[in-house]
Amino acid sequence: MSNDANAARNLAPKTARTVLSSEDIDRVLTRIAHEIIEANKGTKDLVLLGIPSRGFPLAQRLAQRIAATEPGLDAAAIVGQLDVTMYRDDLRHSTARTPLPTRLPAGGIDDKVVVLVDDVLYSGRTIRAALDAIADLGRPRIVRLAVLVDRGHRELPIRADHVGKNLPTATTEKVRVHVAEVDGVDNNEVIIEDAA
Amino acid sequence: MSTTNTAYLIRGAKPLGTEATDLLINDGLIVATGAEAATHPAAAGATVIEAAGQIALPGMVDLHTHLREPGREDAETVETGTRAAALGGFTSVHAMANSNPVADTAGVVEQVWSLGRRSGWVDVRPVGAVTVGLAGTQLSEIGAMADSRAAVRVFSDDGICVFDPLIMRRALEYVKAFDGVVAQHAQEPRLTEGAQMNEGEVSAVLGLAGWPAVAEESIIARDVLLAEHVGSRLHICHVSTAGSVEIIRWAKSRGVNVTAEVTPHHLLLTDEMVKSYDPVFKVNPPLRREADVMALRAGLADGTIDIIGTDHAPHPSEAKECEWAAAAMGMTGLETALSVVQHTMIDTGMFSWADFARVTSTAPAAIGRVTDQGRALEAGEPANITLVDADARWIVDPAAMATKGRNSPFKGLELPGKVTTVFFHGHPTVLDGALATPRIVGAE
Amino acid sequence: MKHLLSTLDLSRADAIRILDIAEEMAAVGTREVKKLPALRGRTVVNLFFEDSTRTRISFEAAAKRLSADVINFSAKGSSVSKGESLKDTAQTLQAIGADAVVIRHGASGAPARLAATDWIDAPVVNAGDGTHEHPTQALLDAFTLRNHWARVNGTSTLGTDLAGMKVAIVGDILHSRVARSNLWLLRTLGAEVTMVAPPTLLPHGSNVWPCTISYDLDATLAGGIDAVMMLRVQGERMHASFFPNTREYSRLWGFDDARLAALDAQGQSETIIMHPGPMNRGLEISSAAADSPRSTVLEQVSNGVAVRMAVLYLLLSGDQQRPSGL
Repeated sequence: MSNDANAARNLAPKTARTVLSSEDIDRVLTRIAHEIIEANKGTKDLVLLGIPSRGFPLAQRLAQRIAATEPGLDAAAIVGQLDVTMYRDDLRHSTARTPLPTRLPAGGIDDKVVVLVDDVLYSGRTIRAALDAIADLGRPRIVRLAVLVDRGHRELPIRADHVGKNLPTATTEKVRVHVAEVDGVDNNEVIIEDAA
Repeated sequence: MSTTNTAYLIRGAKPLGTEATDLLINDGLIVATGAEAATHPAAAGATVIEAAGQIALPGMVDLHTHLREPGREDAETVETGTRAAALGGFTSVHAMANSNPVADTAGVVEQVWSLGRRSGWVDVRPVGAVTVGLAGTQLSEIGAMADSRAAVRVFSDDGICVFDPLIMRRALEYVKAFDGVVAQHAQEPRLTEGAQMNEGEVSAVLGLAGWPAVAEESIIARDVLLAEHVGSRLHICHVSTAGSVEIIRWAKSRGVNVTAEVTPHHLLLTDEMVKSYDPVFKVNPPLRREADVMALRAGLADGTIDIIGTDHAPHPSEAKECEWAAAAMGMTGLETALSVVQHTMIDTGMFSWADFARVTSTAPAAIGRVTDQGRALEAGEPANITLVDADARWIVDPAAMATKGRNSPFKGLELPGKVTTVFFHGHPTVLDGALATPRIVGAE
Repeated sequence: MKHLLSTLDLSRADAIRILDIAEEMAAVGTREVKKLPALRGRTVVNLFFEDSTRTRISFEAAAKRLSADVINFSAKGSSVSKGESLKDTAQTLQAIGADAVVIRHGASGAPARLAATDWIDAPVVNAGDGTHEHPTQALLDAFTLRNHWARVNGTSTLGTDLAGMKVAIVGDILHSRVARSNLWLLRTLGAEVTMVAPPTLLPHGSNVWPCTISYDLDATLAGGIDAVMMLRVQGERMHASFFPNTREYSRLWGFDDARLAALDAQGQSETIIMHPGPMNRGLEISSAAADSPRSTVLEQVSNGVAVRMAVLYLLLSGDQQRPSGL
């Protein structure tokens, strides 16, 4: 997805509009962090697994916010990266994707409360792949899902537990999430582009 | 002697590429040329061949053709091979001896000779084996073959080198009694065990066993010295390396009675082609380096190499549709020879059409002692004539060829020069670039 | 990437991509569930015209870890030994529905033929052809070298090459597909290569190869080498006069105990010793060298699975119709 996003940004489509600013994203992540703690009744056994490429920095930011609520909790100890490339159902059809590293926190995921973190929830297929990937890595007690944006158009019975913003879109539109960790300094925003 | 001959008037053709003229053919002979052609009594009622702008050449003579019959009729027959020869501009071919049974007796060479007579597309001159079964140990019945109706004059174990120096010496000496010539396939067997391609930079990368130039050159060096020692005629088949050209040039300068041949494919293709691992490029001797190709062209131009020999070697498709090491060696060549030689020698400015006639007709006929071929385009001479549209260009399509072999390395290549018409002893075997009718002679 | 036939025409970007993906595949090998679903429902045929148990099981493990179905087609005792042609075998595999063919063949260029003809559409992986190439062996060697080089330099492996690394390839270069594949790949990745061999076991024409050629193993080692790759030498070669006897061969070109000691004495503590296997202990490599901490022999084997997973993944995922080749 990063290549598409970069290419699209370089083309600077005329119809792009920002739906979440950098400040909006900060505020939304803070809210989601609180929701996660509330749903979990604390930070016990929490593990945040970000789906590359942009889910991972979002998971890191959430982990920092969660760790800040509890002295002695190390953000790095509760966050990991979960690559789902090898579990995708479209491997035959798109160009060959290069898998990225999967890195679990030292405590693993067995009997943990895993919160999957991704930038955009769309068809649900990425999350389906992520659930399969998790099953091969261990057995969490609960798996929850947090996304920055839910743009609708689900193709599988999957829903998010924590949503930054529900964004009604047309399928012809593209939702671009830019995060500084991936897209460069101060580039934090969610935009919608008309794909036409 | 003829039942079908009529008169033909070729108009406006350029003999050996010189001034346009007319040629009148009657009863197997050229009866008049120039202004006299049209006024000659035989011109009345003659079939007119409009040949303005075309080159008239003496019918081409191939000293090196594999017709495969008897024994490998799945690869080629005398009929299909001679059809291919006619379409390629030939009026005579020498059928190599490595048939099955080997052409090492009068019986086999007479069989091939009579098959050629019956087909009637070109003059088929059988080559006799030097040694029994091409085994390299015992001389075959050279005298009987020479005295047979096939009147064999060229003897060769082609495909296999007459390696034993003593056998080679005896063969060179023995053929003198019959005005024969030994045509050597120069390949040192120990240096070429399992050889797959030219040994050099390309074979090193491809991991194919090498066929070093020295394996050819060392045999040529030995044989020219042997020929000098015993005072015999020696012919070297398919010379493929720059070093071989050097050795032959040196031998000729010493007065050794040696002649040499080069194939069209060795004048054009290099071992770079092997990088595809497509066995259509597998041939013996193998395709060599660019420097060898250039030396061969230069050697042909300066007369060191005397003739073009096609080494036409058809194979059934299964012999080439396999991995390189399992594939048979050889390429078809009769129907592309003229074009490749035009492309490499004439269109490059190294050759005139007179030179072309020398190396494709006059000289090979002389080496093979074929007295009624390779003659001048003059009144009184046998009418073996090939007309060529030198300006035509065509794309090689093996599937469209008359040979059974589909193993042309020139597939898909655009080449110059198209044979339009061939007269074989006054009979048109090729008209408008297509086969006409064979020349049928009465049973003898 | 449609086929993997050689390393000669493998681009630097593709090579690094394969190594990077192999890195992720290697991680799978350390998990409890050593399996990925990426190639579920695909059929990989191991078409082995030559016996090579280690290469076959490595490819088999790789395909199975990616959830592919594996069919092992061994030429021995099959229709091939009764004269069936490569073409007929390939067309049979096509009819069976092979999605990829891993081919080991004694004839150089056989995989290239499969790839170039219309006998079969499936991607072709060269698992060693004659004395031509063995690209996955070179990739696993490069993977092993890259891990070592990153460790020595304290850098990360992902995205990096072998720039500045000095590698010696020692032994029967003439008959070695491993040597050829390694030479091209290591050069592409920026390593400096020295070929060490008796002159009889260097191909005619190798003088133009992008490497240093040496007849003197001790001098090469003394010059400072980061990795020594010992090639298997067949004792039978002495019957064809490539060398006088195995004793002289191992004294001059084998990695023996004395050379192992010399490495220590010269303070070359980071030099590794590699061998593609199977080893002739006592001929091209001594037991002490093969079993020393410098030896990467087993690491190479385990890396082989990861690299072959990466290759199969790349060839079998993505749009097969896209006309691109290596």
